[in-house]
Amino acid sequence: MSIWEYANPVKFIRTTDKILPWVSVGAVLCLVTGLVWGFFFTPDDFRQGSTVKIFYLHVPAAMMAINAWVMMLVASLVWIIRRHHVSALAARAAAPVGATFTLIALATGAFWGQPMWGTWWAWDPRLTSFLVLFLFYLGYMALWSAIENDDTAADLTSILCLVGSVFAVLSRYAVLFWNQGLHQGASLSLDKEENVADVFWYPALVCIAGFILLFIALVFLRTQTEIRARRARALMARERQA
Amino acid sequence: MIALLTRDLRLAVRAGGGFGLGLAFFLIVTVLVPFGVGPETGLLARIAPGVLWIGALLACLLSLDRIFALDWEDGSLDLLATAPLPMEGIVSVKALAHWLTTGLPLVLAAPVLGVLLSLPLEGYFWVLVSLAAGTPALSVIGTFGAALTVGLKRGGLLLSLLVLPLYVPTLIFGAEVARRGAEGLAVQTPLLMLAGISAGVIALLPFASAAVLRINLR
Repeated sequence: MSIWEYANPVKFIRTTDKILPWVSVGAVLCLVTGLVWGFFFTPDDFRQGSTVKIFYLHVPAAMMAINAWVMMLVASLVWIIRRHHVSALAARAAAPVGATFTLIALATGAFWGQPMWGTWWAWDPRLTSFLVLFLFYLGYMALWSAIENDDTAADLTSILCLVGSVFAVLSRYAVLFWNQGLHQGASLSLDKEENVADVFWYPALVCIAGFILLFIALVFLRTQTEIRARRARALMARERQA
Repeated sequence: MIALLTRDLRLAVRAGGGFGLGLAFFLIVTVLVPFGVGPETGLLARIAPGVLWIGALLACLLSLDRIFALDWEDGSLDLLATAPLPMEGIVSVKALAHWLTTGLPLVLAAPVLGVLLSLPLEGYFWVLVSLAAGTPALSVIGTFGAALTVGLKRGGLLLSLLVLPLYVPTLIFGAEVARRGAEGLAVQTPLLMLAGISAGVIALLPFASAAVLRINLR
Protein backbone atom coordinates (compact mmCIF):
# COMPACT_ATOMS: atom_id res chain seq x y z
CA MET A 1 0.00 0.00 0.00
CA SER A 2 1.61 3.23 -1.07
CA ILE A 3 0.38 6.63 -2.07
CA TRP A 4 1.31 5.90 -5.69
CA GLU A 5 -1.64 3.53 -5.96
CA TYR A 6 -3.82 6.59 -6.32
CA ALA A 7 -1.95 7.40 -9.53
CA ASN A 8 -4.20 4.81 -11.12
CA PRO A 9 -7.07 6.83 -12.62
CA VAL A 10 -9.73 4.24 -11.76
CA LYS A 11 -8.57 4.01 -8.18
CA PHE A 12 -8.32 7.79 -8.01
CA ILE A 13 -11.87 8.29 -9.23
CA ARG A 14 -13.22 5.60 -6.93
CA THR A 15 -11.52 7.04 -3.87
CA THR A 16 -12.28 10.67 -4.60
CA ASP A 17 -15.89 9.78 -5.35
CA LYS A 18 -16.13 8.57 -1.77
CA ILE A 19 -14.34 11.60 -0.31
CA LEU A 20 -15.82 14.28 -2.54
CA PRO A 21 -19.28 14.61 -0.93
CA TRP A 22 -17.74 14.93 2.53
CA VAL A 23 -15.23 17.50 1.41
CA SER A 24 -17.79 19.57 -0.46
CA VAL A 25 -20.27 19.51 2.40
CA GLY A 26 -17.47 20.40 4.78
CA ALA A 27 -16.40 23.28 2.54
CA VAL A 28 -19.91 24.69 2.33
CA LEU A 29 -20.46 24.28 6.07
CA CYS A 30 -17.16 25.91 6.98
CA LEU A 31 -17.59 28.78 4.54
CA VAL A 32 -21.16 29.51 5.60
CA THR A 33 -20.41 29.35 9.32
CA GLY A 34 -17.17 31.22 8.98
CA LEU A 35 -18.54 33.99 6.82
CA VAL A 36 -21.81 34.43 8.73
CA TRP A 37 -19.94 34.35 12.02
CA GLY A 38 -17.37 36.76 10.71
CA PHE A 39 -19.78 39.14 9.04
CA PHE A 40 -22.55 39.34 11.61
CA PHE A 41 -21.29 38.14 14.97
CA THR A 42 -17.96 39.86 15.41
CA PRO A 43 -17.53 43.39 16.68
CA ASP A 44 -16.43 46.15 14.32
CA ASP A 45 -12.78 47.01 14.49
CA PHE A 46 -11.81 49.99 16.60
CA ARG A 47 -10.32 51.95 13.71
CA GLN A 48 -11.34 50.16 10.54
CA GLY A 49 -15.04 49.83 11.30
CA SER A 50 -16.93 47.15 9.44
CA THR A 51 -14.51 47.09 6.49
CA VAL A 52 -12.28 44.80 8.50
CA LYS A 53 -14.66 41.97 7.68
CA ILE A 54 -13.32 41.66 4.14
CA PHE A 55 -10.47 39.97 5.99
CA TYR A 56 -12.50 36.73 6.08
CA LEU A 57 -12.45 36.49 2.29
CA HIS A 58 -9.19 38.25 1.55
CA VAL A 59 -6.77 36.34 3.74
CA PRO A 60 -7.91 32.75 2.98
CA ALA A 61 -8.10 33.50 -0.75
CA ALA A 62 -4.59 34.95 -0.73
CA MET A 63 -3.24 31.97 1.21
CA MET A 64 -4.82 29.48 -1.15
CA ALA A 65 -3.66 31.40 -4.22
CA ILE A 66 -0.07 30.69 -3.21
CA ASN A 67 -0.74 27.18 -1.94
CA ALA A 68 -2.44 26.27 -5.22
CA TRP A 69 0.73 27.18 -7.08
CA VAL A 70 2.79 25.10 -4.65
CA MET A 71 0.44 22.18 -5.20
CA MET A 72 0.84 22.58 -8.97
CA LEU A 73 4.61 22.64 -8.50
CA VAL A 74 4.52 19.37 -6.55
CA ALA A 75 2.18 17.77 -9.07
CA SER A 76 4.42 18.90 -11.93
CA LEU A 77 7.45 17.41 -10.22
CA VAL A 78 5.59 14.13 -9.74
CA TRP A 79 4.70 14.13 -13.42
CA ILE A 80 8.27 14.83 -14.52
CA ILE A 81 9.79 12.25 -12.22
CA ARG A 82 7.23 9.44 -12.15
CA ARG A 83 5.01 10.27 -15.13
CA HIS A 84 1.65 9.64 -13.48
CA HIS A 85 -1.03 11.10 -15.70
CA VAL A 86 -3.36 11.87 -12.83
CA SER A 87 -0.73 14.15 -11.37
CA ALA A 88 -0.41 16.18 -14.58
CA LEU A 89 -4.17 16.45 -14.82
CA ALA A 90 -4.42 17.54 -11.20
CA ALA A 91 -1.93 20.33 -11.89
CA ARG A 92 -3.99 21.36 -14.88
CA ALA A 93 -7.18 21.25 -12.82
CA ALA A 94 -5.71 23.37 -10.05
CA ALA A 95 -4.58 26.24 -12.26
CA PRO A 96 -7.94 27.96 -12.93
CA VAL A 97 -8.91 27.50 -9.28
CA GLY A 98 -5.68 29.13 -8.16
CA ALA A 99 -6.12 31.93 -10.67
CA THR A 100 -9.63 32.59 -9.36
CA PHE A 101 -8.37 32.72 -5.77
CA THR A 102 -5.69 35.18 -6.88
CA LEU A 103 -8.33 37.31 -8.52
CA ILE A 104 -10.53 37.16 -5.42
CA ALA A 105 -7.61 38.23 -3.26
CA LEU A 106 -6.81 41.12 -5.61
CA ALA A 107 -10.43 42.27 -5.88
CA THR A 108 -11.22 42.07 -2.17
CA GLY A 109 -7.93 43.79 -1.50
CA ALA A 110 -8.98 46.63 -3.78
CA PHE A 111 -12.36 46.94 -2.04
CA TRP A 112 -10.60 46.98 1.29
CA GLY A 113 -7.91 49.37 0.18
CA GLN A 114 -10.34 51.95 -1.14
CA PRO A 115 -11.76 53.04 2.23
CA MET A 116 -8.60 52.27 4.21
CA TRP A 117 -5.76 53.59 2.07
CA GLY A 118 -7.89 55.88 -0.07
CA THR A 119 -6.91 54.08 -3.23
CA TRP A 120 -8.02 51.00 -5.13
CA TRP A 121 -4.56 50.07 -6.16
CA ALA A 122 -1.05 50.87 -5.03
CA TRP A 123 2.19 49.53 -6.45
CA ASP A 124 2.92 47.85 -3.20
CA PRO A 125 5.22 44.79 -3.18
CA ARG A 126 2.50 42.38 -2.08
CA LEU A 127 -0.07 43.67 -4.52
CA THR A 128 2.41 43.70 -7.36
CA SER A 129 3.67 40.20 -6.72
CA PHE A 130 0.09 38.93 -6.64
CA LEU A 131 -0.53 40.55 -9.98
CA VAL A 132 2.59 38.86 -11.33
CA LEU A 133 1.40 35.56 -9.86
CA PHE A 134 -1.89 36.05 -11.69
CA LEU A 135 0.02 36.58 -14.95
CA PHE A 136 1.90 33.34 -14.31
CA TYR A 137 -1.39 31.50 -13.90
CA LEU A 138 -2.66 33.01 -17.15
CA GLY A 139 0.44 31.98 -19.08
CA TYR A 140 0.32 28.48 -17.61
CA MET A 141 -3.32 27.97 -18.58
CA ALA A 142 -2.78 29.46 -22.02
CA LEU A 143 0.08 27.06 -22.70
CA TRP A 144 -2.06 24.10 -21.61
CA SER A 145 -4.85 25.02 -23.95
CA ALA A 146 -2.58 25.89 -26.88
CA ILE A 147 -0.95 22.47 -27.30
CA GLU A 148 -2.94 19.66 -28.84
CA ASN A 149 -0.89 16.65 -27.81
CA ASP A 150 -1.70 15.87 -24.16
CA ASP A 151 1.65 14.45 -23.14
CA THR A 152 3.60 17.24 -24.78
CA ALA A 153 1.36 19.77 -23.09
CA ALA A 154 1.88 18.11 -19.71
CA ASP A 155 5.65 18.05 -20.19
CA LEU A 156 5.93 21.63 -21.34
CA THR A 157 3.61 23.08 -18.72
CA SER A 158 5.32 21.24 -15.90
CA ILE A 159 8.69 22.66 -16.95
CA LEU A 160 7.08 26.08 -17.25
CA CYS A 161 5.73 25.61 -13.73
CA LEU A 162 9.20 24.81 -12.39
CA VAL A 163 10.86 27.74 -14.14
CA GLY A 164 7.93 29.98 -13.28
CA SER A 165 8.21 29.14 -9.58
CA VAL A 166 11.81 30.27 -9.50
CA PHE A 167 10.94 33.48 -11.28
CA ALA A 168 7.88 34.05 -9.08
CA VAL A 169 10.08 33.91 -5.98
CA LEU A 170 12.62 36.15 -7.70
CA SER A 171 9.92 38.67 -8.60
CA ARG A 172 8.72 38.65 -5.01
CA TYR A 173 12.10 39.79 -3.78
CA ALA A 174 12.58 42.14 -6.71
CA VAL A 175 9.38 44.07 -6.02
CA LEU A 176 10.22 44.13 -2.34
CA PHE A 177 13.41 45.91 -3.28
CA TRP A 178 11.64 48.15 -5.73
CA ASN A 179 9.02 49.67 -3.50
CA GLN A 180 8.39 49.57 0.21
CA GLY A 181 4.70 49.44 0.48
CA LEU A 182 1.46 50.17 2.17
CA HIS A 183 0.38 46.63 2.94
CA GLN A 184 0.82 45.46 6.50
CA GLY A 185 3.14 42.59 7.29
CA ALA A 186 1.92 39.07 7.88
CA SER A 187 -0.43 39.18 10.82
CA LEU A 188 -1.14 35.46 10.93
CA SER A 189 1.45 32.88 11.83
CA LEU A 190 1.52 29.63 13.69
CA ASP A 191 4.22 30.35 16.21
CA LYS A 192 2.78 33.44 17.81
CA GLU A 193 0.87 33.35 21.05
CA GLU A 194 -2.02 35.42 19.75
CA ASN A 195 -2.17 36.67 16.17
CA VAL A 196 -5.22 38.84 16.15
CA ALA A 197 -7.80 39.10 18.90
CA ASP A 198 -9.59 35.79 19.45
CA VAL A 199 -12.98 37.16 18.41
CA PHE A 200 -11.59 37.67 14.91
CA TRP A 201 -9.27 34.70 14.96
CA TYR A 202 -11.73 31.79 15.30
CA PRO A 203 -14.06 32.75 12.43
CA ALA A 204 -10.96 33.41 10.32
CA LEU A 205 -9.69 29.91 11.06
CA VAL A 206 -13.03 28.45 10.02
CA CYS A 207 -12.91 30.46 6.80
CA ILE A 208 -9.38 29.28 6.04
CA ALA A 209 -10.46 25.69 6.59
CA GLY A 210 -13.41 26.32 4.30
CA PHE A 211 -11.20 27.66 1.52
CA ILE A 212 -8.82 24.70 1.85
CA LEU A 213 -11.70 22.23 1.63
CA LEU A 214 -13.19 24.17 -1.28
CA PHE A 215 -9.89 24.00 -3.11
CA ILE A 216 -9.58 20.25 -2.52
CA ALA A 217 -13.16 19.65 -3.65
CA LEU A 218 -12.75 21.71 -6.81
CA VAL A 219 -9.44 20.10 -7.71
CA PHE A 220 -10.86 16.59 -7.18
CA LEU A 221 -13.90 17.42 -9.25
CA ARG A 222 -11.95 19.03 -12.07
CA THR A 223 -9.39 16.22 -12.13
CA GLN A 224 -12.20 13.67 -12.39
CA THR A 225 -13.67 15.66 -15.26
CA GLU A 226 -10.32 15.76 -17.02
CA ILE A 227 -9.85 12.01 -16.60
CA ARG A 228 -13.33 11.30 -17.93
CA ALA A 229 -12.93 13.74 -20.83
CA ARG A 230 -9.67 12.10 -21.81
CA ARG A 231 -11.23 8.64 -21.54
CA ALA A 232 -14.13 9.75 -23.76
CA ARG A 233 -11.67 11.08 -26.31
CA ALA A 234 -9.73 7.81 -26.27
CA LEU A 235 -12.96 5.85 -26.81
CA MET A 236 -13.93 8.04 -29.74
CA ALA A 237 -10.50 7.67 -31.28
CA ARG A 238 -10.71 3.90 -30.93
CA GLU A 239 -14.18 3.87 -32.53
CA ARG A 240 -12.91 5.87 -35.48
CA GLN A 241 -10.11 3.42 -36.05
CA ALA A 242 -12.35 0.36 -35.87
CA MET B 1 29.13 25.52 -32.25
CA ILE B 2 31.10 28.35 -33.77
CA ALA B 3 29.91 27.28 -37.20
CA LEU B 4 26.34 27.42 -35.95
CA LEU B 5 26.94 30.84 -34.46
CA THR B 6 28.39 32.28 -37.66
CA ARG B 7 25.58 30.71 -39.66
CA ASP B 8 22.93 32.26 -37.43
CA LEU B 9 24.63 35.65 -37.50
CA ARG B 10 24.99 35.56 -41.26
CA LEU B 11 21.33 34.58 -41.68
CA ALA B 12 20.20 37.36 -39.38
CA VAL B 13 22.26 40.03 -41.12
CA ARG B 14 21.77 39.00 -44.74
CA ALA B 15 18.34 37.44 -44.91
CA GLY B 16 16.51 40.69 -44.35
CA GLY B 17 14.38 41.94 -41.50
CA GLY B 18 15.60 40.50 -38.26
CA PHE B 19 18.66 42.58 -37.71
CA GLY B 20 17.36 46.09 -38.28
CA LEU B 21 13.80 45.45 -37.24
CA GLY B 22 14.40 45.41 -33.50
CA LEU B 23 16.39 48.63 -33.68
CA ALA B 24 13.72 50.37 -35.75
CA PHE B 25 11.07 49.24 -33.30
CA PHE B 26 13.13 50.57 -30.40
CA LEU B 27 13.43 53.91 -32.18
CA ILE B 28 9.68 54.08 -32.87
CA VAL B 29 8.74 53.30 -29.27
CA THR B 30 11.07 55.97 -27.91
CA VAL B 31 9.78 58.50 -30.41
CA LEU B 32 6.17 57.71 -29.56
CA VAL B 33 6.59 58.22 -25.81
CA PRO B 34 6.98 62.04 -25.96
CA PHE B 35 3.88 62.17 -28.15
CA GLY B 36 2.04 60.25 -25.47
CA VAL B 37 3.18 62.08 -22.34
CA GLY B 38 4.00 65.51 -23.76
CA PRO B 39 7.32 67.14 -24.64
CA GLU B 40 8.08 68.56 -21.21
CA THR B 41 11.81 68.12 -20.66
CA GLY B 42 11.76 67.57 -16.91
CA LEU B 43 9.18 64.80 -17.11
CA LEU B 44 10.94 63.12 -20.02
CA ALA B 45 14.26 63.23 -18.23
CA ARG B 46 12.70 61.55 -15.21
CA ILE B 47 11.09 58.69 -17.12
CA ALA B 48 13.83 58.30 -19.75
CA PRO B 49 15.66 55.36 -18.10
CA GLY B 50 12.44 53.41 -17.66
CA VAL B 51 11.26 54.14 -21.18
CA LEU B 52 14.57 53.04 -22.64
CA TRP B 53 14.36 49.81 -20.67
CA ILE B 54 10.76 49.09 -21.69
CA GLY B 55 11.60 49.87 -25.32
CA ALA B 56 14.59 47.56 -25.29
CA LEU B 57 12.53 44.83 -23.66
CA LEU B 58 9.74 45.08 -26.23
CA ALA B 59 12.18 45.20 -29.12
CA CYS B 60 13.80 42.08 -27.72
CA LEU B 61 10.42 40.37 -27.40
CA LEU B 62 9.53 41.21 -30.98
CA SER B 63 12.38 39.21 -32.41
CA LEU B 64 12.08 36.18 -30.12
CA ASP B 65 9.89 33.99 -32.28
CA ARG B 66 12.51 34.14 -35.04
CA ILE B 67 15.02 32.28 -32.88
CA PHE B 68 13.62 28.83 -33.67
CA ALA B 69 10.67 29.39 -36.01
CA LEU B 70 12.59 29.53 -39.29
CA ASP B 71 14.78 26.57 -38.43
CA TRP B 72 11.69 24.66 -37.35
CA GLU B 73 9.88 25.33 -40.60
CA ASP B 74 12.63 24.22 -42.96
CA GLY B 75 13.60 21.27 -40.79
CA SER B 76 17.12 22.37 -39.95
CA LEU B 77 16.22 22.25 -36.27
CA ASP B 78 15.73 18.49 -36.55
CA LEU B 79 19.11 18.21 -38.23
CA LEU B 80 20.70 20.27 -35.47
CA ALA B 81 19.09 18.02 -32.88
CA THR B 82 20.63 14.93 -34.45
CA ALA B 83 24.01 16.61 -34.83
CA PRO B 84 26.74 15.58 -32.39
CA LEU B 85 26.16 18.68 -30.33
CA PRO B 86 24.44 18.80 -26.95
CA MET B 87 21.04 20.45 -27.12
CA GLU B 88 22.11 22.77 -24.30
CA GLY B 89 24.92 24.00 -26.52
CA ILE B 90 22.59 24.65 -29.44
CA VAL B 91 20.23 26.59 -27.24
CA SER B 92 23.04 28.67 -25.74
CA VAL B 93 24.42 29.47 -29.16
CA LYS B 94 20.98 30.48 -30.38
CA ALA B 95 20.59 32.78 -27.37
CA LEU B 96 24.04 34.24 -27.96
CA ALA B 97 23.25 34.86 -31.63
CA HIS B 98 19.99 36.54 -30.62
CA TRP B 99 21.83 38.74 -28.18
CA LEU B 100 24.49 39.71 -30.71
CA THR B 101 21.91 40.62 -33.35
CA THR B 102 19.29 42.22 -31.09
CA GLY B 103 20.56 42.91 -27.60
CA LEU B 104 23.93 44.39 -28.45
CA PRO B 105 22.59 46.86 -31.07
CA LEU B 106 19.94 47.91 -28.56
CA VAL B 107 22.59 48.56 -25.93
CA LEU B 108 24.60 50.65 -28.34
CA ALA B 109 21.58 52.56 -29.62
CA ALA B 110 20.15 53.37 -26.19
CA PRO B 111 22.42 56.38 -25.43
CA VAL B 112 21.59 57.90 -28.82
CA LEU B 113 17.90 57.57 -28.11
CA GLY B 114 18.54 58.95 -24.64
CA VAL B 115 19.24 62.29 -26.33
CA LEU B 116 15.70 62.31 -27.68
CA LEU B 117 14.35 61.84 -24.15
CA SER B 118 16.73 64.45 -22.68
CA LEU B 119 18.33 61.90 -20.41
CA PRO B 120 20.51 63.58 -17.76
CA LEU B 121 24.22 63.46 -18.49
CA GLU B 122 25.07 61.09 -15.61
CA GLY B 123 22.46 58.67 -16.92
CA TYR B 124 24.12 57.69 -20.20
CA PHE B 125 26.80 55.55 -18.69
CA TRP B 126 24.44 53.69 -16.35
CA VAL B 127 21.81 53.09 -19.00
CA LEU B 128 24.54 51.58 -21.12
CA VAL B 129 25.86 49.46 -18.26
CA SER B 130 22.45 48.27 -17.07
CA LEU B 131 21.35 47.30 -20.57
CA ALA B 132 24.66 45.57 -21.21
CA ALA B 133 24.23 43.57 -18.01
CA GLY B 134 20.51 42.93 -18.47
CA THR B 135 19.93 42.16 -22.14
CA PRO B 136 21.77 38.80 -22.06
CA ALA B 137 19.20 37.68 -19.48
CA LEU B 138 16.41 38.89 -21.76
CA SER B 139 17.83 36.86 -24.64
CA VAL B 140 18.27 33.69 -22.61
CA ILE B 141 14.81 33.88 -21.00
CA GLY B 142 13.36 34.64 -24.40
CA THR B 143 15.04 31.59 -25.87
CA PHE B 144 13.29 29.50 -23.24
CA GLY B 145 9.94 31.01 -24.25
CA ALA B 146 10.70 30.52 -27.95
CA ALA B 147 11.58 26.89 -27.30
CA LEU B 148 8.29 26.40 -25.43
CA THR B 149 6.18 27.74 -28.28
CA VAL B 150 8.20 26.55 -31.24
CA GLY B 151 5.66 24.23 -32.83
CA LEU B 152 2.56 26.32 -32.23
CA LYS B 153 0.58 28.10 -34.87
CA ARG B 154 -0.41 31.13 -32.83
CA GLY B 155 2.87 31.06 -30.96
CA GLY B 156 3.69 34.76 -31.09
CA LEU B 157 0.99 36.02 -28.78
CA LEU B 158 1.36 33.14 -26.37
CA LEU B 159 5.10 33.72 -26.36
CA SER B 160 4.69 37.25 -25.06
CA LEU B 161 2.21 36.11 -22.40
CA LEU B 162 4.68 33.49 -21.20
CA VAL B 163 7.85 35.54 -21.39
CA LEU B 164 6.76 38.93 -20.05
CA PRO B 165 6.13 37.76 -16.46
CA LEU B 166 9.54 36.11 -16.52
CA TYR B 167 11.05 39.46 -17.50
CA VAL B 168 9.76 41.20 -14.37
CA PRO B 169 12.81 40.81 -12.08
CA THR B 170 15.27 41.75 -14.82
CA LEU B 171 13.25 44.81 -15.72
CA ILE B 172 12.92 45.94 -12.13
CA PHE B 173 16.61 45.76 -11.35
CA GLY B 174 17.69 47.03 -14.75
CA ALA B 175 15.45 50.07 -14.68
CA GLU B 176 16.44 50.67 -11.06
CA VAL B 177 20.13 50.79 -11.97
CA ALA B 178 19.43 53.19 -14.83
CA ARG B 179 17.18 55.41 -12.71
CA ARG B 180 19.55 55.60 -9.77
CA GLY B 181 22.43 56.26 -12.13
CA ALA B 182 20.53 59.10 -13.78
CA GLU B 183 19.72 60.61 -10.39
CA GLY B 184 23.27 60.20 -9.16
CA LEU B 185 22.49 57.70 -6.39
CA ALA B 186 24.44 54.57 -5.44
CA VAL B 187 23.81 51.80 -7.94
CA GLN B 188 25.81 48.95 -6.50
CA THR B 189 23.03 46.79 -5.00
CA PRO B 190 20.65 46.68 -7.98
CA LEU B 191 23.55 46.34 -10.37
CA LEU B 192 24.86 43.32 -8.50
CA MET B 193 21.37 41.82 -8.42
CA LEU B 194 20.95 42.42 -12.15
CA ALA B 195 24.30 40.84 -12.93
CA GLY B 196 23.40 37.96 -10.61
CA ILE B 197 20.14 37.34 -12.45
CA SER B 198 21.92 37.42 -15.79
CA ALA B 199 24.65 35.05 -14.66
CA GLY B 200 22.23 32.65 -13.00
CA VAL B 201 19.92 32.61 -15.96
CA ILE B 202 22.75 32.04 -18.43
CA ALA B 203 24.04 29.18 -16.31
CA LEU B 204 20.77 27.38 -15.60
CA LEU B 205 18.06 28.21 -18.10
CA PRO B 206 19.68 26.57 -21.17
CA PHE B 207 19.03 23.22 -19.47
CA ALA B 208 15.32 23.98 -19.23
CA SER B 209 15.23 25.32 -22.79
CA ALA B 210 17.01 22.23 -24.07
CA ALA B 211 14.59 19.93 -22.22
CA VAL B 212 11.64 21.82 -23.66
CA LEU B 213 13.07 21.75 -27.17
CA ARG B 214 13.66 18.01 -26.91
CA ILE B 215 10.03 17.51 -25.93
CA ASN B 216 8.86 19.67 -28.81
CA LEU B 217 10.97 17.77 -31.33
CA ARG B 218 9.81 14.38 -30.08
